[in-house]
Amino acid sequence: MNTRAKTGTQSSVPVQGGVGQALAHDSGHLHVSGGALYTDDIPEPRNLLHVAIGTSAHPHAKLKKVDLAPVLAAPGVVAVLGAEDIPGENNFGPVLADDPIFSPGLVQYVGQSIFAVAAHSYTEARRAARLAKIDYELLEPILDPEEAVRRQSFVLPTETISRGDSRKALRKALHHLQGKLKLGGQDQFYLEGHIAMAVPREDGDMLVYSSTQHPGEIQHKVAHALGKTSKDIVVECRRMGGAFGGKESQPALFACIAALVAQQTGCAAKVRLDRDDDMIMTGKRHDFVVGYEVGFDDEGRIQGIEFEYAARCGMSADLSGAVNDRTMFHSDNAYFLENVTIVSHRCKTHTVSNTAFRGFGGPQGMYAIEYVVDEIARYLKLDPLAVRKTNFYGTDDRNVTPYEQTIEDNILHELVAQLEASGDYAERRSDIAEFNAASRFLKRGIALTPVKFGISFTATHLNQAGALLHVYTDGTVHLNHGGTEMGQGLFTKVSQVVAEELQIDIDRIKITASDTSKVPNASATAASSGSDLNGKAAQLAARTVKDRLREFAAEHFAVSADAVEFRNNRVQAGKQTVSFTELVNLAFFARVSLSSTGFYRTPKIHYDRKTFSGRPFYYYAYGAAIAEVVVDTLTGEYRVIRVDILHDCGKSLNPAIDLGQVEGGFVQGMGWLTGEELWWNDKGELKTHAPSTYKIPVCSDLPVDFRVQLLESAANREETIHRSKAVGEPPLMLALCVFHALKDAVAAAADYRASPHLDAPATPEAVLRAVDELRARGTAQPERQTG
Amino acid sequence: MPVTDKRRADPQLQAVRFLLDGEIVSLTDIDPTRTVLQYLREDLRRTGTKEGCAEGDCGACTVVLAEPDQSGQGLRLRAINSCIQFLPTLHGKQLLTVESLVAADGTLHPVQRALLDCHASQCGFCTPGFVMSLFALYKSQPDATRRDIDVALAGNLCRCTGYRPIVDAANTMYSYAAASETDGDWTHRAGGSAGDQERVICRKLVELADDSTLSLTSGDKRYFAPRDINTLAELVENHPDACILAGGTDVGLWVSKQLRELPTLIYTGDVADLQTVTTDDACLDIGAGVTINDAVPHLLEHYPEYEELFLRFASPPIRNAGTLGGNIANGSPIGDSMPALITLGTRLELRKGKTTRELPLDEFYLAYQETALQPGEFVTRIKIPLPESGREVRSYKISKRFDQDISAVCGAFSVELDGSRVRDIRIAYGGLAATPKRALECEQALLAHDWNEASVQAAMAMLDRDYAPIGDMRASDEYRRKVGKNLLYKFYLETSGTSDVASVYEYAR
Ligand SMILES: Cc1cc2nc3c(=O)[nH]c(=O)nc-3n(C[C@H](O)[C@H](O)[C@H](O)COP(=O)(O)OP(=O)(O)OC[C@H]3O[C@@H](n4cnc5c(N)ncnc54)[C@H](O)[C@@H]3O)c2cc1C
Ligand code: FES
Ligand code: FES
Repeated sequence: MNTRAKTGTQSSVPVQGGVGQALAHDSGHLHVSGGALYTDDIPEPRNLLHVAIGTSAHPHAKLKKVDLAPVLAAPGVVAVLGAEDIPGENNFGPVLADDPIFSPGLVQYVGQSIFAVAAHSYTEARRAARLAKIDYELLEPILDPEEAVRRQSFVLPTETISRGDSRKALRKALHHLQGKLKLGGQDQFYLEGHIAMAVPREDGDMLVYSSTQHPGEIQHKVAHALGKTSKDIVVECRRMGGAFGGKESQPALFACIAALVAQQTGCAAKVRLDRDDDMIMTGKRHDFVVGYEVGFDDEGRIQGIEFEYAARCGMSADLSGAVNDRTMFHSDNAYFLENVTIVSHRCKTHTVSNTAFRGFGGPQGMYAIEYVVDEIARYLKLDPLAVRKTNFYGTDDRNVTPYEQTIEDNILHELVAQLEASGDYAERRSDIAEFNAASRFLKRGIALTPVKFGISFTATHLNQAGALLHVYTDGTVHLNHGGTEMGQGLFTKVSQVVAEELQIDIDRIKITASDTSKVPNASATAASSGSDLNGKAAQLAARTVKDRLREFAAEHFAVSADAVEFRNNRVQAGKQTVSFTELVNLAFFARVSLSSTGFYRTPKIHYDRKTFSGRPFYYYAYGAAIAEVVVDTLTGEYRVIRVDILHDCGKSLNPAIDLGQVEGGFVQGMGWLTGEELWWNDKGELKTHAPSTYKIPVCSDLPVDFRVQLLESAANREETIHRSKAVGEPPLMLALCVFHALKDAVAAAADYRASPHLDAPATPEAVLRAVDELRARGTAQPERQTG
Repeated sequence: MPVTDKRRADPQLQAVRFLLDGEIVSLTDIDPTRTVLQYLREDLRRTGTKEGCAEGDCGACTVVLAEPDQSGQGLRLRAINSCIQFLPTLHGKQLLTVESLVAADGTLHPVQRALLDCHASQCGFCTPGFVMSLFALYKSQPDATRRDIDVALAGNLCRCTGYRPIVDAANTMYSYAAASETDGDWTHRAGGSAGDQERVICRKLVELADDSTLSLTSGDKRYFAPRDINTLAELVENHPDACILAGGTDVGLWVSKQLRELPTLIYTGDVADLQTVTTDDACLDIGAGVTINDAVPHLLEHYPEYEELFLRFASPPIRNAGTLGGNIANGSPIGDSMPALITLGTRLELRKGKTTRELPLDEFYLAYQETALQPGEFVTRIKIPLPESGREVRSYKISKRFDQDISAVCGAFSVELDGSRVRDIRIAYGGLAATPKRALECEQALLAHDWNEASVQAAMAMLDRDYAPIGDMRASDEYRRKVGKNLLYKFYLETSGTSDVASVYEYAR
């Protein structure tokens, strides 16, 4: 074999597609040409059956009689399945066994799955599903979280975090405020609805294509439902058309149903939800009612604070335990709360079971504390930003969270100062005051809000990841890891990590569909942890192969291992260089293994759920944003005029992708707090279940003046993958500034005499209501007590 | 694929003929309510075009239709929502999808390249729809402002990007070199000028559809697409139970969402007489089949005050398909054109068989989703009086979102002052009653009164007598009441020059 070893100097050109480069999304060219295959685009097997789901019409009822004969008799129908047709476990709940695949007799929300019908066409199945004759015995429903608290109706026990003596601190404080806040939930509104296709294989095995953030869980749930084991089921997902947490636990229902139909009929089966069914049947961000009491001094420094959260969890536990834990963990946001009590009720209501959504409970906790800080400022007639700063965590002192984690990486002081200056906060604030004094009907408002967001799954064991990497003899690489691609650019970033590690151009790397048979037992791609975990695992897999190659090269070229260097598609061994491919070939002939797994677990974290204390988070991500808005006080309509964002991504793995996450997260958060309203009628029916009634932001809602910057030279203090930081969730909460700018504009409608009662989402209706209520209140001050 | 005369004569054998890219497609025995999206995805497995909602509201299914323009020499392009467009309505048109824009050698179209270079896709599910909306913009406007971009994309939702990179792509797409010879943007192809290429396509399209009525039968379903008004009148009279199909932006959803069977459809989109707009001394006369997007410029020429109203009416793909006649005939209590048209004193021309009659628009609505149309009768023309000097008109739409949202309340006002006194006033609202409806009590309270704050405030209170609105997912009854009153107040402020009121949308630009 001709080694063609050469001598010469290494090129210092960076490898094409290494870390830090603003590379396009790996599927970008497929997205724009229509060539990207989503689950519904995968060529369908012959005799594929289409499945529709028959659902409950009542929020709380016993099924007295379910007559499916008309369904079965409908044109095109092949099979009908109900609870009694499940050979295994009738549950898809991720934590507790309280989410039946088909209702076994009790229904607990409008839209709950009762049966499935499989037909030759999608339309035939949907038509047939509407023909069931179901007799219900109606039971009294609980439709809102406050009612649930009154009735002590909970999916999980109430939890409390406390530190210091909040009662005493409240009593002693100079000023005192209390109130009740409401904030709405949010539908994920991924553009691709839920979908799964199950294809039977030999010997009862099943291949399931699912649009899921958690293939491993689909594998387990499908196995349990079919009465099989994990080894019998393979789950694959190349990409999702958006997920945002909505495809963490929810896809299991549809995957199980597809698999059950496939098992029973022997035909491949597809469940694809129509948008209305998707929105009615699947969980959303939890809506909350929050009671608070706060005591503070003349500068607005919080001395004691108490929160009581009531979250609408819906009919089952789903992920609500962890979601509400995160709400509690983020009730401080950026602020030091010395004496604090946080009580969290996980309310059981007869509505759809709420679930993960970008931020995972964090946004609600941050909403609450930001609201309170704003109330304090308005009460004291101080600039809310000043009160925010007064309460910021310190760097050396006042730096321990209510759950006893010491914050070691606080950069908010500098970050906010930088944004305040670049965003002309002070100057604009005074311009706005001037404008408002002269303008009768239009009022402008401004706000700056900070974000501190804890990174890691709070359930410590989930902070692990695996990867699988093969190097082929032509020098190309097949890469797989436990993460899933939902548009966030995970596959691109992980490929960049591997390109960097192996020092080969990224186009030599094929990143492949998430597949439970390649990487087992993977956690959900969630908690912003995708690239932190999978990037590390892939890096370790690559490093293992690289180390073997290095060892081989050292031996082959008779140099020390230290003298072997991988750089830009070449390998230098002492004075000789070969191409990466050549080295791989040599190694192959020398029978060196060119395949490896990689495994990573996050260091340092530990946490005791019983006491709610420890270090649940490896590190924090930070950011801040300023919004300026204008409100029409005759109609409540408004526009966001300008937004300035400064966000911390650590040392970015891919600035283009990170910028996309920041901007996209911000706009999504803005939707949550402004136009996106979930509305149930008094029969427990969700009436905002399609884009015609549920309004997510559209292009014109993007402020004309939108200035977004990633914080520069901000390497993560912790040893994360190339010192980057997670960026999936934190930017969503930057949008709190939009809500507070609206509140500021509303306050201007009554010359800032009092603080408006504005609830989220701040729809035009909510804004007008707040304006009118504030004006009606006149000059009366909010209830105050002096301690 | 030549079609024999026998086929043309025999309705059983008639075919829907259209161009897909450059190829002629001829389809027989199709379910007339099959959507273009179902055809693409399920029949052709051409899966680039996506379904995100199946109700015209997300844009994932956006495709572009090309038709000969009025000159017959050039092409007119329209983005539409394929999820609610019935397949037979493609007859005589060219259908272009995201795949059409990629050259045979894989070269991407400038629109696609710009999106790629701007990092404008994350999950990518919305992207094909954005490609097609931007393609329509690219072809229709040589240089777009941010406002034009917002307008062009009002019907496309993206949940991932937050739109900034998409706006960037829209701004930069013009700077890319023209695409290659074989891509779907045939106007760029070599072998002749853009005009030549368009003429070739036009000729093909004209050959596809002749002047006879297209009639299809599939099982027990029938579809007719007449080309002249007399045939239409005859068909409608002979099939009084038929569903008249115009743009299908309401009817499409009956099928895609309510799964309704529509055994007989009579399509008005090919009836030439319904596509005309004329103006005489007294009135602007719009054919019932004119799309919203085609009708609006004529209306705005006379009534520029309605610009914002029609910007907020649905989205470009819906306005490209939906007709003014359909909006009026559908008679939704939250339809947006009617309050304004009522206050202008619009009259409808109706036809049944050979008989034609006229009716003031405000007498057309009898009750919730019930109109004065008799069985076998249809709307032919909308006759809108031209502006009178001294009359002030406005119409304001209120909804949760500026773009592509259904009104919570839509208020329309028209006042003529005699000095400071109200000589004539017409006020109508959508969203406050079961039909678009005039506020007669409120009008009475103002008529012959001074146009001042006190009388307007008094009249605002009278709206509670005119309307008892309901609360639903779009707005509570209190908000509807309150904002309804405030809109009258806003109208007063704007017409009395007493204040600095302005639209927040204009302000924020
Ligand atoms: C996403 C979306 C957004 C929308 N937004 C708005 C909006 O902002 N404002 C608004 O007002 N509407 C809106 N609509 C509703 C719809 O687009 C309009 O009502 C449109 O004008 C209907 O016209 P069409 O031609 O599509 O009617 P079609 O759907 O074809 O027909 C509607 C009805 O009118 C009847 N009809 C049509 N033509 C005639 C005729 N000549 N004679 C007698 N009957 C006839 C049909 O039989 C049918 O009953 C929206 C719809 C969608 C899907
Ligand atoms: S699929 Fe949403 S507009 Fe057609
Ligand atoms: S890129 Fe995901 S919806 Fe637009």
